[in-house]
Amino acid sequence: MPQNENNIIEMHGITKRFPGVLANENINFSVSCGEIHALLGENGAGKSTLMNILSGLYKPDEGDIFVKGKRIQIGSPRHAIEAGIGMVHQHFRLVENFSVAENITLGMSTPRFRLDMTAIEDEVATLSKKYGLQLDPRAEIWQLSVGEQQRVEIVKMLYRGADVLILDEPTAVLTPQEARELFATLDRMKATGRSIIFITHKLDEVMHVADRVTVLRGGRVAATVNKKDVTSRQLASLMVGKEHSATLPEKDSLHSEPVLTLSGVTAYGDRGTIALDGVSLQVRAGEILGIAGVAGNGQRELTEVITGLRRTHSGTISLHGQNITNKTPLEIIDSGVSYVPEDRYGTGMAPNLSIVDNIILKSYRSPVMSKGPFIDYDAAKRHAKELVERFQVKTAGIHSAARLLSGGNAQKLLLGREISSDPKLLVAAYPTRGLDIGAAEAIRSILVNQRNQGVAILLISEDLDELIRLSDRIAIMFAGKIMGTLNRDEWNIEHIGLLMAGVLDVQDEEALT
Amino acid sequence: MTHETTVTDGRAQTTQGRKFKIRVERRLDTPAWWNILVPVVSIALALLFGAIFLKMTGYSPIKVYAIMFKDTFGTKYGITETLVKASPLLLSAVGVSIAFRMQLWNIGAEGQIYVGALAASWVALTFTGLPAYIMIPAMVLAAALAGGLWAFLGSAPRAIWGVNEIITTLMLNYIAIFCVEYFVYGPWRDPLSFLFPLSPMFPKSAWLPCFGNTRIHLGLVFGVVSALAVGLLLSRTKWGYEIRVIGENPDAARYSGMSISRNIILVMILSGAISGIAGMCEVSGIIHRLQAQVSAGYGYTAIIIAWLAKLHPIGIIIVSLLFGGLLVAGYSVQIYGIPADIATMLQGSLLFFVLGVEALARYRIRIIRSSPKPVQAQQAADDVAREIT
Repeated sequence: MPQNENNIIEMHGITKRFPGVLANENINFSVSCGEIHALLGENGAGKSTLMNILSGLYKPDEGDIFVKGKRIQIGSPRHAIEAGIGMVHQHFRLVENFSVAENITLGMSTPRFRLDMTAIEDEVATLSKKYGLQLDPRAEIWQLSVGEQQRVEIVKMLYRGADVLILDEPTAVLTPQEARELFATLDRMKATGRSIIFITHKLDEVMHVADRVTVLRGGRVAATVNKKDVTSRQLASLMVGKEHSATLPEKDSLHSEPVLTLSGVTAYGDRGTIALDGVSLQVRAGEILGIAGVAGNGQRELTEVITGLRRTHSGTISLHGQNITNKTPLEIIDSGVSYVPEDRYGTGMAPNLSIVDNIILKSYRSPVMSKGPFIDYDAAKRHAKELVERFQVKTAGIHSAARLLSGGNAQKLLLGREISSDPKLLVAAYPTRGLDIGAAEAIRSILVNQRNQGVAILLISEDLDELIRLSDRIAIMFAGKIMGTLNRDEWNIEHIGLLMAGVLDVQDEEALT
Repeated sequence: MTHETTVTDGRAQTTQGRKFKIRVERRLDTPAWWNILVPVVSIALALLFGAIFLKMTGYSPIKVYAIMFKDTFGTKYGITETLVKASPLLLSAVGVSIAFRMQLWNIGAEGQIYVGALAASWVALTFTGLPAYIMIPAMVLAAALAGGLWAFLGSAPRAIWGVNEIITTLMLNYIAIFCVEYFVYGPWRDPLSFLFPLSPMFPKSAWLPCFGNTRIHLGLVFGVVSALAVGLLLSRTKWGYEIRVIGENPDAARYSGMSISRNIILVMILSGAISGIAGMCEVSGIIHRLQAQVSAGYGYTAIIIAWLAKLHPIGIIIVSLLFGGLLVAGYSVQIYGIPADIATMLQGSLLFFVLGVEALARYRIRIIRSSPKPVQAQQAADDVAREIT
């Protein structure tokens, strides 16, 4: 039974399991009429899963959903919109060469036969004016900026009569100016009695627009609070959890020589926006520099500029004092940089080729692995067998396709390949993501081992516990900038959490509240 | 989720009011014997399709197929003609297959055959005094260079600006064919040809040697050698390794420091060069002069062959022989008043059924009788599983 009749949505005891993951565990969540409710949490906290359940993309394994006091089953996005729930996804679902009005009617079952585009265009224009969402209904999607496309998605949901609007990290793609306009729109919608669920990991946004906040951590509700009762500092520690003790063997790497130095590096992302904004950092021999931050704040671009896969717009990158800015990937590999990419099957391997072929991906050019123009497959097989044994990779044989390896075994093999070239610098992006505990521990111990042997390691992770356990220093990234770099003796989890959410210092925080 | 599911849901209501669902889902892995079953079933279906067609037009399918088989693989003449027709098919199929390995869709083999023939003819008609042991290698070299250049023209825009190579290579085919026509209607027309679009005969030194007194020429050897060489290149060499990695996963190739644009151009040049040699073999081994029509669409048939053989060099040799036989069979049934196009039709339906059966074999059909609730939960879990794999 619904607990409060002012709640337009109540979710009771929602549990959702995916193979090997408990994404949502016994979650209670409610939204009242005319409120902006922020859903706050790190990546993988279960925010998107919960909202995908509410918008009909997933079916919960357990739990009930009440909308306007009635228990309903939401079997598909269509059911959700019929119940008045509309979701604006991070990646828009628009047809590029259709007009705004056409996209808005697309997929609707009314009108049945004749489309009166002028009438629809007028309606769209009225609706967008009412909420201050500037739009030309006749413009085609490809002509619009990302911010305008988002407006189309919002108007689309309003046009379909959504009373509850779910926005999934809406500001991730917006300029600060556009974000401010969006917040004004949200306030206007709130004034007309609509409810908004706002998925985010940015504290300043929460403090700016939300009425209530639900913090998710590890698939569970950490707390639901009224905004006026909390500080962003409290929210930050709710979001990232408790402090953990360090387990890294002590080693004085603070005065060893710097291996990798970035100074003032700026680079553009795939969408042409600034992804790295004046990044400066140093990784010394025999240390692990952890990069903390919510994914999508420039981490991928950071690894790509270092490994030569993305152009550096300005600033310099040097390795052992040698300038490697905008060198080719091959030159950078040859100068001793190894890289465990974020997408291990999509970038780090050729999944349909055999394990042997994947083992020699970086070394097939070396004189050890080749004889003139030919590859020495005997040497390659020996090397593959060696790695499989040394890292205890479970395989059906070294000639089987790499895609048949489980995530953990694939990662062990990839990491094994990368360190077998005795690198000076190892860049590891989310090396334990998606792995089970045993495999993750194996990967971590390989990393620590490399560090102890004097390799400089840049470790990117969204698992703060992992970073705290493994790193000698932690740099925090937010919106393409390094917010701060902390040594082991000076970090505290609350401070890291605040920096991850874009809050620079205590004055900032007070200004927000 | 950005993933559009490959699952199609058919929901239907039975008379009892019970709901059942027919779901088409992707197989995770196909068993090994599939690789034999798929071609056998597709060939059978193609022959069946042809049989229906023949029956409807008033011929006895069994008789026609018997004639086709006997006249190609049943007589000495049939066998030699099959080998003659298979030679250019084999060469250009090997040529396109290496580009396909890298996911480069070289549709330009036809044009590369024509420019190869043109360049070889230029050597033969210009340096008439050369002895055969210089003349033939020079013609091969000229044809390879011309075919390679043609493929380079098609691939450079792709390598530099990402222009779709299907369009460029296809358009270059027409340019190549018109170039050849220009020469045979114009400057190179044989004054003794009674205004036919033919060049003068090549000197004897420019004729590819034949085996015995058959029409089988050295081009067949070139074809087999090139198939084996390409097989070796792909499986054993560093360059071949790069081609395979780029074809499987360009991101992994970039990550490991391979230059994709350099390889696009090099692979296309090699691909075009082999097809260029096919053109040289036609003019030097069969017609001994340049004429307006050098190839009967061999460059396009080569695409079908490469695809049916799954780009495997040995497979390409076998399928080329089969398709050579089909061409000969097409000519032979003409004597009985049956249009030769039956052979072309069989070629087309072969590809159609192979691609169709292969695509269908990747899926299986499951009928589920249950309430919708667990089905959808299962479906979401499946979606996730599919995303992971």
